[in-house]
Amino acid sequence: MAKVVIDALLERFPGAVTGAAAGPGGDDVAFVERERIAEVCRFLKEDPALAFNVAPYVTAVDYLGQEPRFEVVYNLLSTRRSWRVRLRVKVPEADPVVPSVTGVWRGADWFERYCFDMYGIRFTGHPDLRRLFMYDEFVGHPLRKDYPLRGRQPLVAERGVQDVYRGPGPAGRD
Amino acid sequence: MASEIDVVPAIPTRKDEAIGRLQQMVSQGLGWARKYSLFQYPFVTACCGMEYMTLAAARYDLDRFGAALPRFSPRQADLLMVVGTVNCKQAPVLRRVWEQIAEPKWVVAFGVCASSGGFYDNYATVQGIDQIIPVDVYVPGCPPRPEQVLDGIMLLQKKIQGQTHRLVEPAPAPAIVAPGTR
Ligand code: SF4
Repeated sequence: MAKVVIDALLERFPGAVTGAAAGPGGDDVAFVERERIAEVCRFLKEDPALAFNVAPYVTAVDYLGQEPRFEVVYNLLSTRRSWRVRLRVKVPEADPVVPSVTGVWRGADWFERYCFDMYGIRFTGHPDLRRLFMYDEFVGHPLRKDYPLRGRQPLVAERGVQDVYRGPGPAGRD
Repeated sequence: MASEIDVVPAIPTRKDEAIGRLQQMVSQGLGWARKYSLFQYPFVTACCGMEYMTLAAARYDLDRFGAALPRFSPRQADLLMVVGTVNCKQAPVLRRVWEQIAEPKWVVAFGVCASSGGFYDNYATVQGIDQIIPVDVYVPGCPPRPEQVLDGIMLLQKKIQGQTHRLVEPAPAPAIVAPGTR
């Protein structure tokens, strides 16, 4: 199937693509160097034989305890060929900065904002890198594995709840 | 320590008695009128909304209890139905909607998410809307069956019927706070 894609990548970017594997059922992966991800994406989109015109999902993974700690994952789809490919980019914790691919696919905008919101990965060249889900007052990045599970940061003061009846049911009912 | 002998028995005068009786009659009448004309504001945020639609539609027919008419302005409503998950980002909105409803007002927490946060015990979800606003009736279930909600509405009606409605409200009106200073 999409062995062609892997071969084309390895041939065109011998320095940038550091490892690739064609998995079963079109589950193809390529590891790409962080600095050249935008360039690789532009090639995949603009090459007429490949034409990966959609980025259906861009996300990130936190491998806490490993180095480099983060990974940004780009799932790409070619609607013309019906091919899918997955690009993975290693990102170190000390410098979590990746070039933005919003210039290639405009739809990657909110996905990159999501990665910034949840993992704190910054995308250079992104037009509007704000939080996507959490509010601006929120401190930290909640999907990082070292963020506390119940680390709520309420926006309005919470009242201590006193007026709850905790018996077996309202007395004298029916 | 006050013993039983020390307590001065309160002897109601005929005026007190008359006012008390009048207040009781007015309360009963008002309670009866209010419990059958609940105008609800549906604050629907999540999957419980599907069950809310079933509840409001013909098969379960909330209209039988006089709570049929959803008002989409809090100023016209007196029953706030919080249907679904409320997260921390939304909490100020819910608080504001509740503040905009004129007295008398009641709140129903529809589903476990609204009642206690449900299984969303995480960084984003308010652990029950009673952390933000007072709640009259909690309806558990994920989502609750419409019968459960009808039961909750009937409990609320009972509560409204039993409430004392004062003839004169002694508490002073709250001071108006200039916007942006809160
Ligand atoms: S209680 Fe269940 S059905 Fe209702 S909003 Fe929560 S998760 Fe959805």
